[in-house]
Amino acid sequence: MNVADKKRLLREMLFARRFEERCYEAYVERKIGGFLHLYPGQEACCHGVLEAARPGHDYVITGYRDHVHAIKCGADPKEVMAELYAKETGSSKGRGGSMHIFDTKHHFMGGYALVGGPFPLAAGMAKAVKMKGGDEIAICFLGDAANNQGTFHESLNMAKLWELPVLYVCENNLYGIGTRIDRSTAVIDQYKRVAGYNIPSAQEDGQDIEKVFKAAKKAVDHVRSGNGPYFLELMTYRYRGHSMSDSNAYRSKKEERMWSDRDPIIMLRDRLIKAGEMSKDDYKAMDTELLDEIENDIIAFAESSPEPRVDELERYVFADNDPWVYGGGR
Amino acid sequence: MAEIMYWEAIRRAHDEEMERDPLVICMGEDIGVAGGTYKATKGLYEKYGAERVIDTPISENGYTGLGIGASFLGVRPIIEIMSVNFAWLAMDQLFNSAAKVRFMSGGQLTAPVVVRSAGGTAHQLGAQHSARMEKVFMGIAGLRVVTPSSPRQAYGLLKSAVRCDDPVYINEHELMYNMKGEVPDEEYFHPLEGSEVAREGSDVTLFGYNVSVHWCVQAAQTLAKQYGINAEVVDLYALAPLDRAGIAASVRKTHRAVIVEEAEPAVGVGAEVMAIINEECFLELDAAPVRVSAANVPMPYNHGLEKAAIPNAGDVVAAVRKMFGK
Repeated sequence: MNVADKKRLLREMLFARRFEERCYEAYVERKIGGFLHLYPGQEACCHGVLEAARPGHDYVITGYRDHVHAIKCGADPKEVMAELYAKETGSSKGRGGSMHIFDTKHHFMGGYALVGGPFPLAAGMAKAVKMKGGDEIAICFLGDAANNQGTFHESLNMAKLWELPVLYVCENNLYGIGTRIDRSTAVIDQYKRVAGYNIPSAQEDGQDIEKVFKAAKKAVDHVRSGNGPYFLELMTYRYRGHSMSDSNAYRSKKEERMWSDRDPIIMLRDRLIKAGEMSKDDYKAMDTELLDEIENDIIAFAESSPEPRVDELERYVFADNDPWVYGGGR
Repeated sequence: MAEIMYWEAIRRAHDEEMERDPLVICMGEDIGVAGGTYKATKGLYEKYGAERVIDTPISENGYTGLGIGASFLGVRPIIEIMSVNFAWLAMDQLFNSAAKVRFMSGGQLTAPVVVRSAGGTAHQLGAQHSARMEKVFMGIAGLRVVTPSSPRQAYGLLKSAVRCDDPVYINEHELMYNMKGEVPDEEYFHPLEGSEVAREGSDVTLFGYNVSVHWCVQAAQTLAKQYGINAEVVDLYALAPLDRAGIAASVRKTHRAVIVEEAEPAVGVGAEVMAIINEECFLELDAAPVRVSAANVPMPYNHGLEKAAIPNAGDVVAAVRKMFGK
C-alpha cells in the first residue's frame, strides 16, 4: 500500500463516515424511514478487505449494515442515498430501503436483513463462479452474531466440502444487537469456531486498515488461487447503537472511549501527518470538500428525485412477460 | 405418446434440461450416488457428474440458500427437498431470499431456482412426515407454486419451471411417483399459470389439485352413474397465482362449487378458491360452496385414524349429494 493508496483510502473512509452521519441526520429529520443501521467505527473492515480484493469484479454480499460496502464496490452514493430516501432513482428503485441496497452491475449482490441469511447465498455464488470458470471470488461480510445461526455452520461445511471460492469476513463488533458477545456465544474468538470445518482462518485488528489490508490480501490470494474458503475475523466496534431504534444503553462510556481512541480514520490520518504526507489543514480541507459533496450533490439528488409511482406497485414481483409462464410463449 | 411413470417424467425433464444447458444442475439429499429417494434423478450422477448432480448434506436451509445464490449468477438449480416436511427448514431462504430478491432489488436480481418436494400423506408416516404445506408456499408473494396431478404435468411443469426466471416451488406427492400416464414424445412445456378442465360437466364444479384431482374424477364418475349429477372437474395445477378467470368461468357454467384438498382446511386452497368465487361470481351461485378437507389434526400413525383424517372420493360424493339434497 503506497502513500497515494493510503490517502485515497483515508478519503474513502472519511467519506463513508460523513455519509453515514448525514444519514443519521436525515433519519432524525424523518427523511429516511424504516430501520437504519450505521457503519461508523467499522470503516477499516470494509475498505481494507475490498482494497485487497477486486471491487466491482468480485461478488460481494452482506447484511443490513450495507451502505458502505455497496459504495466501496462502486455503487453511486447518490443512488444509495436516494434509496434511503425511498426514491425511484434509488439503487433498488425505492423498493428495498437501507437494509436492501443492491448494485449488481458492480457485483454488489445485496444487503439482506435476516441475520446469517447471506452465508449460503455467498457459497452459492462461489459455486456458480466455479462452474463458469471465472476468477471472481465471493466475499461475505457479516457480524459476529450471525455466527450463531445455523446457516453459518451449514454454509461453512458445504463451502469446505466443495472447496468453494468464498471469503467469509466476520466484522466482530462485540455485540449482537444489544447483547454482548460473551453473553450469547460460548467461544469468543470467532476464527476458532471454523476450525471444526477445517477452513483456514485468522483474526486481525479491524481498526488498523493497513493490518486489515495485509490480512485480507493473504485471505483473498488463498481463495482466488483455488484453495477453497477462508474465514477472516476483524475486531472492531460500532459507535452507534445497532440501529436507530437502539438507545445504546448497554455499553459503558469507558468501553466506548477505549474504541474511539483507536478510530480507524484518525489512526490513518495521524500516521500520514506524522510521516509528513499530509497536514492537518489538508485533512480539514478534504473533510470540507466531502461534506460539500454530500450536501450539494448527494442529498440534493435524493431530495429532488421522484417517488416511485403507485401504479407500479406490483412491478418486480415476477419477471415481466416471461414466456415460460405460458408454456413457451403463446 | 408413451405411457411412463410420474418419476420417469420428472427424470426425463431433468435429463433434457441438463443436456441442453450446462448451467442446469440438481441438488438434494441422496439424489446423486443413491439415485434419489423417488428415483427422480436416477442415472443423472453417472451422466453429468458430481459437480452438477450434487449430493448435499442434510442442511435444507443451507443448500436451498446455496442454490439460490448460484441462481443469482445464472445457474439454474433444481433443488430436491426429499420430503416437504423438511422444507419447513428451508422456508427462510426460500421466502426471505428467493421470493423477495427481485422485488427488493428493484428488478436487478432474480432467483430462478426450482424447488421440488414430495408432499402429501403416504402410508402411516406419522405427524412429522405427512405435511401438506402447499397452503404455506402459495401465500408468499414472489413465489410460483405448481403441483402436478399427472406424469404429463410433472414433466411439462418442471421443463417450464427450469426455464422461467422466477423461483418455482413444485409440490409433488409421495404416493404418485409410480402413477402411470401419457407424456408427449416430443418436448412439452406446461404453462405455470392457469387450470385444466379434467372432466367436462354442467351441474357442479369439483376443484382439485395434485392427488385430489383423482378423487374428484372418481367422485364425478360415481355421481354420474348413481345420482345423475354431471360434475365438472377443474385441475388447479397452479396454486400461485391461482387461475381466477378459470375458476370463475367454471362456476358461471355450473353454479355450484366443491373444493377438495388433502390439507387441513384453515387458510388453505379451499378457503382461497371460495374467496375468489365470492369476489368474481358470487351472484352466479345456486348453493354455498363447500370444502372437503383433511381433519384438523397432526397426522396419526394408526392406519384407521390416518384414513379418517384424509378425505377420499366417497367424501366428495357425500358433499355433492348433500348439496343437491340427494
